[in-house]
Amino acid sequence: MNRLLPVAAWGYALALYGFIFLPVAVLVLFSFQDGRLPIPPFDGPSLKWYSQVWGDRKLMAALGNSLAVAMLSSGVAVALGFLAAWGLARGRLWGTRAMQGLITAPLTVSYLLIGLGLMISFNLSGIGPSLVTVGIGHAVINTPLCFAICFASMGDHQVNIERAARDLGAREWQVLGLVTAPMLMPAILAAFALSVTFSWDEFIIAFLLSRFDVTLPVEIWSLLRSGLNPKTNAAGSVVFLISVAVVLVAEIVVARRRA
Amino acid sequence: MSAERAERRRAWAAVAPALVWTCAFFVVPFAIMAAMSLWQRQGREVVRVWDLSNYHAFFSKPHLVGALWNSLEITLAVTAISVALAYPLAWIIAELVPRRFQRLALMLAVLPFWTSYVVRSYAWTLVLAKNGVLNQVLLGMGAIAEPLEISATRTATVIGFVHFFVMLLTLTIYANLLQLPPNYRRAAADLGAGPLRVFWHITLPLTLPGVMVGAFLTFVLCIGDYITPQILGGNSELVLPQVIMLQLGRGADLPMAAALSIVLMAVVTLAWLGCARWLRLERA
Repeated sequence: MNRLLPVAAWGYALALYGFIFLPVAVLVLFSFQDGRLPIPPFDGPSLKWYSQVWGDRKLMAALGNSLAVAMLSSGVAVALGFLAAWGLARGRLWGTRAMQGLITAPLTVSYLLIGLGLMISFNLSGIGPSLVTVGIGHAVINTPLCFAICFASMGDHQVNIERAARDLGAREWQVLGLVTAPMLMPAILAAFALSVTFSWDEFIIAFLLSRFDVTLPVEIWSLLRSGLNPKTNAAGSVVFLISVAVVLVAEIVVARRRA
Repeated sequence: MSAERAERRRAWAAVAPALVWTCAFFVVPFAIMAAMSLWQRQGREVVRVWDLSNYHAFFSKPHLVGALWNSLEITLAVTAISVALAYPLAWIIAELVPRRFQRLALMLAVLPFWTSYVVRSYAWTLVLAKNGVLNQVLLGMGAIAEPLEISATRTATVIGFVHFFVMLLTLTIYANLLQLPPNYRRAAADLGAGPLRVFWHITLPLTLPGVMVGAFLTFVLCIGDYITPQILGGNSELVLPQVIMLQLGRGADLPMAAALSIVLMAVVTLAWLGCARWLRLERA
């Protein structure tokens, strides 16, 4: 029994890691396919599909749009979330729990419903779909996340440092910008990086709230209509690479701050 | 005294933007959607008559109620399978992998998490296609005589979902196992319990609340998802989000889409009420 357990355990772990990596491995492998279909037999490697992605003006525009939306909406989300976390952690306000509940409420609703609600509302108020509305949608889903991350890292020990800064004559924006924010920088950066990857990946809200200028997942979605295609593999691999890069950078930054 | 009041005013000023934002772009749109679910489409116009006809239409049309059942069946299957697969993996990482490699093992286990959602589902169509990787490998090994017809079925949807949620649940269950004080398990082992009994009587019950939280998260994310069933599931058995999106296509019926969304919301709320007992346990 005791000898069998580790063997079975490692076998199981190996099988499950295989299952987890299977689609990604297939995706990346057949992005280097030389033929016209991303299915076996593999006859590569070839970079021609990557050069096609590089030369696809719509995909490149979508990539730029995605980056812009991700950066700006995450900036808004972090600013809103950080300020709210600071206010709720520092001042003993009436109804703190209720406000916390309200700010984190979007976490409990599926993206489809958030997107649909915004689409209907923008529609009724005559605001056309655009990258701005997509950014608003993404800031809505990411603000609770940023709030939760910042709120969790607000400690009481920082209060005294803030008071000291105030006693020494710092104005309120100076306290926030020069004292509190730097102290909480790891949390702020983690929240920002997580928001960026979520916005970067998000499909349904971007799909419902955009029309002519679209983000990358929406553009890839329209690529899918052409069926199995190594070009889609190449585009997907690029997206994967960028996401992993963002995550790794965040990991390293946070780890270094902690050290 | 006045310092305290100033502090409170500052706090209000800091919280206000997020509150206003959440109200303007979350609460109000939701209220508008709820209101619209009571209106009606007539021709190409939305008429503001207030009644329950959309909900009535939902319950009287078999393909709409059927979509709800499909959603529930798929979601429950996905939740159960994902928990069953993820728990042992999380346990192996927490118990058998040396401490300093645990973070690496965990990061590897969730790496494909960072492929975009759309791309991940597309990748599964590559694997599961009739002449795709899985079939060709199995045929080559002689394990099957005929290619498996998985693509564009409910099975494909479930596989795509399970792949995603196994990663998510491994993370949450691992975090749970890590918080477990080792003393209880040591005590049980000292009293003569074998590893399986320790697991069954100590580890599993103590991590159950955390597992329930993860399972609930899986349920909520799975039942609201449009992409995975749309890309992997084919058109034979639609789920609720697909039916909602269909209302937005040609001859858009926004009131019906709104009503279906409220139904989806109600299902999630009911699930939450059902789980609340276990979800609350965690705090105690």
